[in-house]
Amino acid sequence: MPYTKRPDKRKMDEIRGIRAEVGIIPNANGSALFAFGDTVAIAAVYGPKPLHPQHLQEPDTGIIRCVYNMLPFSVTERARPGPSRRSKEIGLVSGNALAAVVDLKRFPGTVIDVEIMILQANASTRCAGINAAAMALADAGIVMKEMVTSVSIGKIDDKIVTDVVGDEEYYSEGEGSTDIPFTITSNSKAITHLQLDGKIQVSRFKEAVEAAQKACAKVLDYQIRALKGEKIDETKK
Amino acid sequence: MTTQKTERRLVVPGETIVSDDDKLPGDFTIKQGKDIIANRYGLVDDSARIIKIIPISGVFEPRRGNTVIGRVKDINFSGWNIEIGGPYGAFLPLSECPRFINRNDIAEFANIGDVMNAKIWGIKKGGIDLTLKSRGLGKLEGGRIIKINPHKVPRVIGKEGSMINLIKNSTNTEITVGQNGYIWIKGSEEGEKKAEQAIKLVVEEAISSGLTEKIEKFLGGKK
Repeated sequence: MPYTKRPDKRKMDEIRGIRAEVGIIPNANGSALFAFGDTVAIAAVYGPKPLHPQHLQEPDTGIIRCVYNMLPFSVTERARPGPSRRSKEIGLVSGNALAAVVDLKRFPGTVIDVEIMILQANASTRCAGINAAAMALADAGIVMKEMVTSVSIGKIDDKIVTDVVGDEEYYSEGEGSTDIPFTITSNSKAITHLQLDGKIQVSRFKEAVEAAQKACAKVLDYQIRALKGEKIDETKK
Repeated sequence: MTTQKTERRLVVPGETIVSDDDKLPGDFTIKQGKDIIANRYGLVDDSARIIKIIPISGVFEPRRGNTVIGRVKDINFSGWNIEIGGPYGAFLPLSECPRFINRNDIAEFANIGDVMNAKIWGIKKGGIDLTLKSRGLGKLEGGRIIKINPHKVPRVIGKEGSMINLIKNSTNTEITVGQNGYIWIKGSEEGEKKAEQAIKLVVEEAISSGLTEKIEKFLGGKK
């Protein structure tokens, strides 16, 4: 049976309802919440601050130290707390995706701590995390060239879909499922992070990039509105 | 003189503030072709030809000449390491202390945990040097420290110190505000608590108009 209908009845290029808010953690220099439907991420930014241990300091630039953490209650089966191979990798790529737009040279030898917590997971957690972290960085008054926005594009059977959900990730009929998270900058439309899980033809990959750019433009609008003080919650619709 | 009653626009990094060849980019903005683009989250000041962004959030950014409040973190042979918030730690050398100090026991003057009011004398790569050689600087005895967003400090002080004097007088406390967002309060327990609440209120409502009246009401209300 060809893949024609998505499990939550969305259109192929439709994003789940978004929730976005900034300033949710009073103790942090900047913080934000971002949710794609029932995938909820919060991010906190601390710094720039002195970096210890000293051997991690870079003499000509500051660094971003990004931690991605899936909380034990975020998935149906309790996730074991603490860093895992997966969470370390996602933290690293998320940090790199953000570092591309941040002016780190302003305060050499310092660190900007970015902490991403996944409160609830239903696929695309790293995308929600990066979106929240980008908003938190802006909220923390960090000097950055532009914003970054992240969205996951999938190829389920032979259809290109936007914002993959958990059920789609496990689709195994026909050509199976491919998941490609993209992070794209707001002005220059550069890709600062891209991963690919599965397989895809080169011709279809171009379609995926276009879909990602379209979706990111939509998500960016929510990020900007939230930063300007709006509390957006469209997850219930 | 025009009164600046107009609401300032809030911008997000990457947002185009204005597209005009005549305008020039100032603090936290860049020019790309015709467009002036924001590089930081904050309020736009476009009253002059140079467009700049007034930050509203973020850590303390040290400048030479800033008066700061900090806590002594460590003592070594040549002075004190002081924590003042912001990206770098600060150091107060023994030689920048105006009174005589016994070199063998510098903890006598200031020990770990003591609060100092000092001035930023120089910023080197990866460190800040402080001095006490100016009027009104020195160790602050007793009291407590609260921390606020350093970008809200001008609001807490008010025009020519009107706001801080109002809080000082009606709570009967001594208050010193550091430009790094650390505020030292000393008075009776009641007064300290009241002053802290008043300062927190100022920070929360920093953008609302008629702030002085609100604070007056708050301070007068529960006295």
